[in-house]
Amino acid sequence: MLTEKPEAQKITLASYLILLGFLVLLLRLWQLQLLQGDEFRKTSESNRLRVIKVTAPRGIIFDRNNIALVKNTPYFCASVIPEEFNEGDIPSLASVLHMPEDELRMKLTKKARSPFTPVRLKEGLSYNEVSYIEARRSDFPGLFVEIEVSREYLHGGIGAHVIGYLGKLTPGQAKDPEFKDVPPNAFIGQWGVEKLFDKSLRGTAGQRIIEVDAIGREIRLLKETPPVKGSDLSLSIDIALQKAAEDAFEGKAGALVALKADTGEILGMVSAPSFDPNSFAKGISTDDWNAIINDKKVPMLNRAIQSQYPPGSTFKIITAIAALEEDAVDTATKVDCKGGTNYGKWHFGCWKRTGHNIVSVHSALVESCDVYFYEAGKRVGFDKIHDYAVMFGLGEETGIPIGRERKGLIPNSKWKRETKKSAWFPGETFINSIGQGYVTTTPVQMAVMMKAVVNGGKVYRPSIFRASEPLLVRKAAVRPETVETIKEALKGVVNEPGGTGHAARSNTILIGGKTGTAQVVGIRKDSKYLPEQFRDHAWFVAFAPVDNPDIALAIVVEHGGHGGTAAAPIAKKAIEAYMLSSEQKKELMHVQD
Amino acid sequence: MFRIDRRLLQNFDWLTFLIVILISIISIMTIFSATRPPGTEDAAQASFYIKQMVWLAISIIALIIFISFDYVWLERVALPVYIMGLLLLLIVLIAGRTGMGAQRWLSLGPLSFQPSEFFKLIFIIMLSKYYSFSREPLDVTGLLRVFFLIVFIPFVLLFKQPDLGTAIVALLIFMSVSMAKGLHKKVIIMMVVIGIISLPFLGNIMWTGLKDYQKNRILAFIDPKVDPSGIGYHINQSKIAIGSGEFFGKGYLEGTQGPFRFLPEKHTDFVFAVFAEEWGFAGSVFLLSLYLLLIMRGLDTANKAKDDFGRLLALGITFMLFIYFFVNIGMTLGMMPVVGIPLPFMSYGGTALLSNYIAIGVLINIRTRRFSLFY
Repeated sequence: MLTEKPEAQKITLASYLILLGFLVLLLRLWQLQLLQGDEFRKTSESNRLRVIKVTAPRGIIFDRNNIALVKNTPYFCASVIPEEFNEGDIPSLASVLHMPEDELRMKLTKKARSPFTPVRLKEGLSYNEVSYIEARRSDFPGLFVEIEVSREYLHGGIGAHVIGYLGKLTPGQAKDPEFKDVPPNAFIGQWGVEKLFDKSLRGTAGQRIIEVDAIGREIRLLKETPPVKGSDLSLSIDIALQKAAEDAFEGKAGALVALKADTGEILGMVSAPSFDPNSFAKGISTDDWNAIINDKKVPMLNRAIQSQYPPGSTFKIITAIAALEEDAVDTATKVDCKGGTNYGKWHFGCWKRTGHNIVSVHSALVESCDVYFYEAGKRVGFDKIHDYAVMFGLGEETGIPIGRERKGLIPNSKWKRETKKSAWFPGETFINSIGQGYVTTTPVQMAVMMKAVVNGGKVYRPSIFRASEPLLVRKAAVRPETVETIKEALKGVVNEPGGTGHAARSNTILIGGKTGTAQVVGIRKDSKYLPEQFRDHAWFVAFAPVDNPDIALAIVVEHGGHGGTAAAPIAKKAIEAYMLSSEQKKELMHVQD
Repeated sequence: MFRIDRRLLQNFDWLTFLIVILISIISIMTIFSATRPPGTEDAAQASFYIKQMVWLAISIIALIIFISFDYVWLERVALPVYIMGLLLLLIVLIAGRTGMGAQRWLSLGPLSFQPSEFFKLIFIIMLSKYYSFSREPLDVTGLLRVFFLIVFIPFVLLFKQPDLGTAIVALLIFMSVSMAKGLHKKVIIMMVVIGIISLPFLGNIMWTGLKDYQKNRILAFIDPKVDPSGIGYHINQSKIAIGSGEFFGKGYLEGTQGPFRFLPEKHTDFVFAVFAEEWGFAGSVFLLSLYLLLIMRGLDTANKAKDDFGRLLALGITFMLFIYFFVNIGMTLGMMPVVGIPLPFMSYGGTALLSNYIAIGVLINIRTRRFSLFY
């Protein structure tokens, strides 16, 4: 080693170059492991850890007699892991799934998060499709069946407007923090009680934190929080009553609301026509959805709370109470009905052109004489009638928890001044006193009114739960004698000869009620001869048993003609079904214990 | 059968030997960890680490054999061995077993091996022999002669297999050994000029000659986000593995990127990523230092060699190891395209381990016999 040879110089140069190479690698290591290490550690964790939400079994909904209205049912979906799937299998898979090839191809080629993330191909498979896929899994690598939980509505469309239905979490809901615990493909309540009490029915989703490999196969369970089953709900609904009423509505449009007379419990709520919630819970097809929303009879409208109709003669109950309470008339007051009355230059006819002759409040209600109530209304004044109507729950929201309810309208002179910018004409008192003119009500309001009249003035907020604490909205100041007079008269409507509601007469229970016929067009002509859409709406409000009322209800049949013929028979059927023993109800609903 | 000289044993290069043994132990541990079954239910441990241990035993024997005779012997057999190597490459092309889109393996009964792994060593011996004929710097004709006589045919054969990695390594070895041998200044200037002019042209020919997966590798290197599931995915997962090791690593047998199959080729070309994930920056620096020491020792051996053949041979082997090391680590760190080059002594693979141990044997041989008076 004297002086460096040229060879040695070259080797020294090479060692510098190699050192430089090492330095570059070290710098890169320093960058990846020390500068960006935290970030990469997180990425490797999210590579390996999956949080899988486990849907809790949904709470079951029961009616007031413990008859189950729904059950949880599996909902099968075909999914595929793109990485493992063989594209040559598309045509044969398309025929297995009964899907167009193009649709399948489109779903498979859509950019996925990673080739290992499953792609949903078809939802709501039939049992046949599921068993076929399971049997031929080896023919289609990557294909598997995923199971979600949906509902079966055990009584089809019966009570659909109350129970509601489940549907897939919508994209909008997926962003809502309220649904942050809901797995992305899960079903949630989208209507009715299912929606209203979704949170408690849903329970608490469980969670599995697992380690997965690159294909997403579970390697190890790290932590498991079991799901907590949703709470069961006992509705106040009587499904037997509901069924009897819905059967009676067959082919008609209209609504029924039945309430327990001494609390706010809703015993039945019908809106006809109804729809089958099962078609929603199976993932409704576009065709089915279009058929429902384009139906002229609007099955998705909850007529019981959202439709406002003139109450017709059922409103005479309010007019009678106002007149009696204000001492404008008493039980002895007589009015001579000659088929109509004149006021100024106007003539107001009674529905019975031949007249009712001498009528009292009792016989005027029984025979629904218009002339008596023109006179009573004129004596007490409509502003007073308005106050009584509101006292009994008309013209305001009842507070029913389901759906967006309408308020109806009970006019008075103040309202007329403010909205119509004109004074109240005396003639308007005549027409509104018999439930025509401006007056409109919803079926649920009329049921609340009927109930408050027969229980001595107590207006409760309607409630959907069985045995819930009754919520008293107000107590109308009304004398017991007045209540008795009205109840006696309503008993007569159904049970006395000449009573307009004799079609509701029952052999098993004493029913009281009041008919109403709400004019759709201003033609006083027998409805039978009019095209259906011009026919009058038929009303019937009822309660039973007369002596100690347990149930109160209101029925409207759209374009049904006379209340006595179209609506009263439905009341009878609903009340009789309600009075059945719980064994009979179970038998009626085909429930096996 | 071999005469063991006591002085020979005294001059034995224990440092080089111990470094490769240490790296080999690390290698087997890392292969064990990379191929361990994830989870607890399917508990079958893949047998890769056992196979590698068997290969290690064979390799150590081969190393001892290649120390036992004077390396000058290699100069004498260089030409016939080189021709035999070319024939093997040709046979691979005709009758080789295909794996991962390339024809690299030759099967001999139950064994299969990659002739290209041995060929690179034969190539270095041949080059060193040729360059040691004269001490004059190479001029243009000399360089071209060497290129066409020794380099061109194997390069085409390797490129055809295709074993792009080995082909490029062979070219790099040729260039670095030629520079170590010494070039006329004119040659250097000309090479630079020709290189710059022909680069786009050559690049185009190379590009059209590449297979799709090779093109993808280069594209993915330029932008890993282009195809995160394909080759870009590979680079990303490698970076995630290495980066997530942070300073002290996740701990031995605690790495997840390899056994959970996020990282492909975890026990072969990407074994360093698995190691770096479990041992962190500290472990990586340690491992890199071992390689640095090994390579510096190789340069020192070349410096001390008793003749030009030994010097060029030691340089060729050292350059080869460095090129493999640098390209492999650079690839796992996402600094270079994925070219399918293993990390010497670390990656799973019997033929490569054997040929690398033989190369180390030759290196130790050159150092042990550095004093000509023993000859």
